[in-house]
Amino acid sequence: MSNAIMDPTPTDWNGQIMQKRIARRYAAERRFKAMGFVAVALSTLFLAFLLFTMLGQGLRGFQRTEIAVDFDFPALTSGATAASISGPNADAALNSMDVPGIVELAVSQQYGDLSEGLLTAGAAGNVRQMLMDNPSLVTAKQQLWLPVDSRLDVAFKRSGEPEAEKTVAVLAQKDALRTGFNWTFLTGADATDPSAVGIWAAFKGSLMTMAITLMLAFPIGVLAALYLEEYAAKNRLTDMIEVSINNLAAVPSIIFGLLGLAVFLTLFGMPRSSALVGGLTLALMTMPVIVIAGRNAVKSVPPSIREAALGIGASPVQVVFHHVLPLALPGILTGTIIGMARALGETAPLLMIGMRAFIPSAPQGFTDATTALPVQIYLWSDEVNQGFVEKTSAAIIVLLIFLLGMNALAIYLRNRFETRW
Amino acid sequence: MTGTALLFLVLGLGLIGWIAGRARAAVFVRSAKGGPRGTVNSLPFYHGWFVAICAIVPALVFMFIWQSISPALVTNMVLSAPAAADLPQDGFARAAILSEARAIAQGFQTAAFQDASEKLVPLYKNALSYYKWIGVAATLLLLFAGGAFAFTRIKPDFRARSKVERVVMFGLLVASLIAILTTLGIFASLIFESWRFFSMVSPFEFLFGTEWNPKSTVTPGADNGYGAIPLFWGTIFIGAIIAMIVAIPLGLMSAIFLTQYASATVRKWMKPILEILAGVPTVVYGYFAALTVAPAVRDFAVMLGVSNAASDNALAAGIVMGVMIIPLVSSMSDDSIAAVPNAMRDGSLAMGATKSETIKQVLLPAALPGVVGGVLLAVSRAIGETMIVVMAAGYTANLTANPFATITTVTVQIVALLTGDQDFGSPHTLAAFALGLALFVTTFFLNYVALRVVKKYREAYE
Repeated sequence: MSNAIMDPTPTDWNGQIMQKRIARRYAAERRFKAMGFVAVALSTLFLAFLLFTMLGQGLRGFQRTEIAVDFDFPALTSGATAASISGPNADAALNSMDVPGIVELAVSQQYGDLSEGLLTAGAAGNVRQMLMDNPSLVTAKQQLWLPVDSRLDVAFKRSGEPEAEKTVAVLAQKDALRTGFNWTFLTGADATDPSAVGIWAAFKGSLMTMAITLMLAFPIGVLAALYLEEYAAKNRLTDMIEVSINNLAAVPSIIFGLLGLAVFLTLFGMPRSSALVGGLTLALMTMPVIVIAGRNAVKSVPPSIREAALGIGASPVQVVFHHVLPLALPGILTGTIIGMARALGETAPLLMIGMRAFIPSAPQGFTDATTALPVQIYLWSDEVNQGFVEKTSAAIIVLLIFLLGMNALAIYLRNRFETRW
Repeated sequence: MTGTALLFLVLGLGLIGWIAGRARAAVFVRSAKGGPRGTVNSLPFYHGWFVAICAIVPALVFMFIWQSISPALVTNMVLSAPAAADLPQDGFARAAILSEARAIAQGFQTAAFQDASEKLVPLYKNALSYYKWIGVAATLLLLFAGGAFAFTRIKPDFRARSKVERVVMFGLLVASLIAILTTLGIFASLIFESWRFFSMVSPFEFLFGTEWNPKSTVTPGADNGYGAIPLFWGTIFIGAIIAMIVAIPLGLMSAIFLTQYASATVRKWMKPILEILAGVPTVVYGYFAALTVAPAVRDFAVMLGVSNAASDNALAAGIVMGVMIIPLVSSMSDDSIAAVPNAMRDGSLAMGATKSETIKQVLLPAALPGVVGGVLLAVSRAIGETMIVVMAAGYTANLTANPFATITTVTVQIVALLTGDQDFGSPHTLAAFALGLALFVTTFFLNYVALRVVKKYREAYE
């Protein structure tokens, strides 16, 4: 056994050299495991940091700063009564009352030289709405809380321009400022003044776009998945379809935008920036995702079910539509929801088809020019005005809530209805 | 009557056809002798579908065709009127007047900017309603003809089910063909517009030029600032280098930790969290990169003594893009590590290797093709990513390897070129399509290679 003596490799497990070696190997093992842990922790931390930043800034976007304004309505309106501004002629009566003038007068009476640019542009509209809702306000002196201008809003919430800071300090001393919930943000549309913006228009645009996408991508995707899994013969055409679908699922989304621009807008002359074109473009993008998810769901239905149905005399079409499709539906729906969530967050293709214009009202139809939630986020993020920062983050919170909701629904469906055969 | 109303009318009449067909077939079933169904071939329900399909499908196909040809017919009718004789001969001005008149006639626009179009509005209104009513009449005629034809075919021995099933099969095939149609549409539109672009700007300048400063009017032969090399470099630098430096180690190590070390509970919680990272919309990442990461990176650069660090630096965009890609790399690595046969892992552990030695020397080499395929897919995803770079990287083309400088990418320039009001034939718009073509070809190639590698590797172990 001279070989063992010559070999420098230690064989004594309790020897010092071996112990050292094992310690080194175990240290390497611990280091490697720690690296893995750090990788996971870093990814999680990044996500937490992102959500925390958005929440921290965005929650302020749901609030607005309001200022107390005393209205001596009997004097200001020269004796309007509750009856005169209610009923069918309320609109005309309020128009002749010159609400903006009244507001301006009331503010300047109360705040003097501070009153310049104190209220947001939409404040008169708010007063008008309050009078509409409750005409009896007009009969007495009232203190109304009205949203302030965006500069003051920013200065009150965190820190703004020095001049606005000074005004806010004076007003805060008078106890004239408070923080209220910003309903306008949930019900309004885009505006040039950040304190008057809302996401309802963009949200409605997104919903309409998604409706078109779902109406097209879901049936086409499901039918294509059924065809490819159940009926397609092994031939060149089927191969081509498979290659196209796999490729389309990985094509950058901006390319779909270019397709929409060249085909839907230029070739077919469809209305620019509309929910219709947006939905069509996103449907082409979502369809392959649904096909791939649908094929996996159809594939997982065991062949015995098909054979049993065929055995009792069902036709191939009946087998698929009466038996395979209902069993595969939960899986298909899960894939569809995930695909729709991706489409809802998609921005680039919508920019390509012109959805980047300033649209100050909600779309009324599928061919109206509209904007979508992610596009609105992009447009606001480009604004110079500091007031838009919190609005952008607030819109992001709304978008993320919807995406998380959709994903949670998909996970729930998967857990609730998925059958393991 | 609008298109939507007509569509609903057609569908409603189809429903009536369905009910009528079913009712008629039900009479046969009831009066048939011998057995519950007698000699009736198909269930009443299939007869109903047969009538509905015969009524609706030709009508819808006609509606679709009419939608695409009637605008040309309307324009012809307007142009043949005497009032249209004094329109300018110049094609562009003429088209502008016509489209304005049409928009007013359809109610999309209220006032005319050009006097000439004001005159054409009544003509357009006439022509539009003339052809609209022809379309409505023909649609309804087709619908009733189809429905009546189908209705007379309903007999006890009529094979309604096989007819309906043939239509269903045809529908399935058409649905699958839409994927091919989309691919062809992408190819055709990109190649056609790029070809128009390359007839103005030489492909040589585009592919090898190093100066990107696109001019809106081009002179053939001269340097027009359409050299795309800085864009290609920027795309590779941000998407394939910086993003991958972040994504590959983090994604791979996350996959290893979650599959090899973490307990089942940790895995159950951490995997969905990583999936959330993949589900965050890119516009949110872009905003985060521009608002939070980019200033931090610039401050860091200033601390390092880099004085010319830009606020829209390449590093911020690349880092955030890398984080976005982590879940993709992680799940692809996860799949390929899981596909390595357990016998290999057990063999290595049985020989006394520690877990990390087994991973580094057995699992990873065996899973390498799958991991490489995943990385290729990740690169393809990163270079096609738009919103992060649009919001966080800059618009200035810059041929530099300084990560703190402003660098622009192909996707940013596509967005920039299509911004603002330009007509579709301008070199700016067409250049966007040429860039799109370059992007499409590159990602197609990467995806193809990646899928081949992954597939081949899976087959090796299965």
